[in-house]
Amino acid sequence: MKNLIKLFYIISFFFLGTAYSLSAEKVDYLKTDWSFKGLFGKFDRGSLQRGYQVYTEVCAACHSMKYLSYRNLAEKGGPEFPIIQAKAIAASFEVLDGPNADGEMFTRPAKLSDKFVMPYENEKAAQAANGGAYPPDMSVLVKARGGGVDYIYSLLQGYEDAPSGLTLDEGVHYNKYMYGNKIKMSAPLSDGIIEYGDGTVASVEQMSKDVTTFLMWAAEPHLEARHRMGFKAIVYLIILTVLVYFSMKKIWSRVESEV
Amino acid sequence: MSDHDYTPSSKVGKWFNDRLPLLTLANHLTDYPTPKNLNYWWTFGGILTFCLITQIVTGLTLAMHYIAHADMAFESVEHIMRDVNYGWLIRYIHANGASMFFLAVYIHIFRSLFYGSYKSPREIIWIIGIIIYLLMMAAAFMGYVLPWGQMSFWGATVITNLFSAIPLVGEGIVTWLWGGYSVDNPTLTRFFTLHYLIPFLILGLVVLHIWALHVPGNNNPVGIDIKKPSKDTVPFHPYIVIKDGFALLMFMIVFAFFVFYSPNILGHADNYIEANPMVTPAHIVPEWYLLPFYAILRSVPDKLLGVVAMLSAILILAVLPWLDTSKIRSAVFRPLYKQFYWILVADVLILGYMGAMPAEGLYLLIARVATAYYFLHFLVILPVLGFKEKTIPVPLSITESVLGGSPNLAAARNRESSEKLK
Repeated sequence: MKNLIKLFYIISFFFLGTAYSLSAEKVDYLKTDWSFKGLFGKFDRGSLQRGYQVYTEVCAACHSMKYLSYRNLAEKGGPEFPIIQAKAIAASFEVLDGPNADGEMFTRPAKLSDKFVMPYENEKAAQAANGGAYPPDMSVLVKARGGGVDYIYSLLQGYEDAPSGLTLDEGVHYNKYMYGNKIKMSAPLSDGIIEYGDGTVASVEQMSKDVTTFLMWAAEPHLEARHRMGFKAIVYLIILTVLVYFSMKKIWSRVESEV
Repeated sequence: MSDHDYTPSSKVGKWFNDRLPLLTLANHLTDYPTPKNLNYWWTFGGILTFCLITQIVTGLTLAMHYIAHADMAFESVEHIMRDVNYGWLIRYIHANGASMFFLAVYIHIFRSLFYGSYKSPREIIWIIGIIIYLLMMAAAFMGYVLPWGQMSFWGATVITNLFSAIPLVGEGIVTWLWGGYSVDNPTLTRFFTLHYLIPFLILGLVVLHIWALHVPGNNNPVGIDIKKPSKDTVPFHPYIVIKDGFALLMFMIVFAFFVFYSPNILGHADNYIEANPMVTPAHIVPEWYLLPFYAILRSVPDKLLGVVAMLSAILILAVLPWLDTSKIRSAVFRPLYKQFYWILVADVLILGYMGAMPAEGLYLLIARVATAYYFLHFLVILPVLGFKEKTIPVPLSITESVLGGSPNLAAARNRESSEKLK
């Protein structure tokens, strides 16, 4: 009878294995070292600042980031721009405010407390300007895609000529990491499309890494605090567990039983 | 309950206790005689209580910041994650807490199945447990709808649509559940209300579950009735309290790992996309803890029968005490049942895996076989096994099995012969 159950497990693992290998085409994403992964993972400050530059000079033309405020750029654990610089960044955008005492709406330069200004008035306007496809909001984009940062990083570098035999409609591009390989967004990055302030060479690979790091922070602004607290919490729990274990052994030594 | 005669030592205590016997209750809980051979599978009751309290406390805090409105729910969750002090921590504990809760409840249920804890005289404890489990699933499902992401919306659409399978009145019931003609704001607000209510119903049932437990006392790995109190038992405090505490801490380490280092791994990425009634996700999948039942639902080609099969898969557990005909509780002394038990465990895991895969081809075939086996186990194997199985003689007491090594054949034979004499 012991053999029956073993046999059953072997057969079911065989079937599961077959099913797994048959499951939807698995994509091997491009890999890079992310500084924010791991037990003590932190963002690379320089990468975040460069990433913001890529976002604001390239992505922000079409993609909104509606859950972020300009103040976030100066906050701890983020790009940590000096407060003056963050204010200057905010002031370079115009926001609609009001009504004023005369009941009129007016525009004013954005302040730290304002949300990131959106490139389009609304979703319909965004669709109309982009051939019917809505450029998704980027606030939590990294968490909203299966492969996370690796997927975004790969997608940005995944533009290729379509394989022969595949015809693409007008305004559709081929990307080997996109679901279904067809994407409405044209390749957003090309070598030297922007000039980094800190002298880093703006290769497609570098820009992809920087902007993906920035997007990770945008989606998880408290990641650094989370990692710090997590380490302390787990160390605390382990020490407490050991102490309780020995107390338990002591208490149970009074009875003839095992724990 | 052997402690009705408890008298507080102080005068004030006695005065109070005569009017409201809270001190008697406290005394009962500390002295409660517990089998001394309980293994770590028995610590999950305490762990589940911790999970429930954690969900209620974090849930209350989240409810102070969350806005139950179709246009604002998603944004309010982002507000919690970004701007509320430690909001990210509270939300991640709550979201992962649901998974931890189910992990613990599945271990708790499968422990009962292995050691026959559902058998006489513990049927009521078991049935209350099944009701708690059903309410947990309802609460978890509605909670998953609240962030109003794509999976929230489409999961709610799929699950509520199941009711349309009911003949004649189905469509009407679905409209009534939705509060309209599709999942929309009225659905969200009522789900929020019910999500807030159900945990307190569960809390009440947990009290009944423990009350019903304290009448016959705990089952134990040997599965025999024991005298209480006796040399087979230890008082709940400090013995069980410290042991449950130790196990809880181990559990919390795993919990903390999920919360701090992979808080989103158990959720679906699509739920970070705001709900959009115009766009259907490529695959609609429920949370992992509902997957086995989702697989059963999809493996039946007919919608109504699929719903019936899924509900039966859960409700069949409620009549388990009468389906299992064996008088022996613990699988330790049931060599055949033990094998079938592990096959059932594998079967449920396979169903869970198939629930996550698209319902087509080989997946569907495996899911169908696994579904058929699930019912076969409860409806055929268990009833027949009780009559056919040759069981191993059980020891007479826990002390005997702990000290003398189990089973004590000589003692068991003596007892059998003495029973024959009667």
